Amino acid sequence: MKLECKHVWEHISEFIDGRVDAQLRVEIEKHLEHCEICSAILDSTRNILILTADDRTFELPVGYSERLHERLKKEIEGSQPDLKKK
Amino acid sequence: MQTKSANEAELIRRIVAGEKELFHELIRPYERMVYLTVFSIVKNETDAEDVAQEAVINANRHLASFRAEAKFSTWLTTIAINEGRKRLRRAKGAAEDSIEEQMEEKEGDYTPAPLTDWREIPLEALERKELREALRKAIAELPDIYRQVFTLRDLEELNIEETAQALGVNPGIVKVRLHRARIMLQKKLVPFLKTVAPARRGFFGRAL
Repeated sequence: MKLECKHVWEHISEFIDGRVDAQLRVEIEKHLEHCEICSAILDSTRNILILTADDRTFELPVGYSERLHERLKKEIEGSQPDLKKK
Repeated sequence: MQTKSANEAELIRRIVAGEKELFHELIRPYERMVYLTVFSIVKNETDAEDVAQEAVINANRHLASFRAEAKFSTWLTTIAINEGRKRLRRAKGAAEDSIEEQMEEKEGDYTPAPLTDWREIPLEALERKELREALRKAIAELPDIYRQVFTLRDLEELNIEETAQALGVNPGIVKVRLHRARIMLQKKLVPFLKTVAPARRGFFGRAL
């Protein structure tokens, strides 16, 4: 059976996650070997995911962690006023 | 990781037993995750930080109700999502709701944008600040239901089941939304990439 591009696109997300069954995987891989368009779509999608997961893409506000722990500290101390840290 | 979750279970046990200051240590690996989760819902930095703090405080208060059969990260994400939604409801007024009720769009074009020269884009292009900015903007512009699934799955790297559990939807819905979100992003970013990388002679000999 020969896969059409459209069929490959429908499964691109599952393919990236390794969630397509073995037979379909083989068919998609075969298709990718000769189809530049689908290969480029797959690569671009994959690269977008890599970029998304990269810590530099989404940075936390400066001082976020410090402020969070400061508030947490107050909360914890407030909940147990008798147990002062040494 | 087995060791990590074993350590975590031990930490949680000790905190619940009274060593409350250990909660700082428990939460540290998840600070980023909590922030990004609520950011995907409230969509602005000031609110996100405030809501993230609320979520962490809440998790601390309710840690005793955490059940070991769940994953701590999923449990925490659920709390973060709830806090985010609570903030939205407050902001919009109770009448207008809600994320859960947003329906899947039946229509819509979820086909990727063809490009033939991606692989000729030098790796350095991915390092460019503009591309990161474009990506952040594209994610921010996704409809809420897609952005939230995408954030949990591809940014925080929860699996399908955990994402489904945290959002209170079934895994089938997560798969559909994830696929559409990824395709929408690919489509949005392709024109941008073409301007980043000057057009090259591609493989246009092949018919579409």
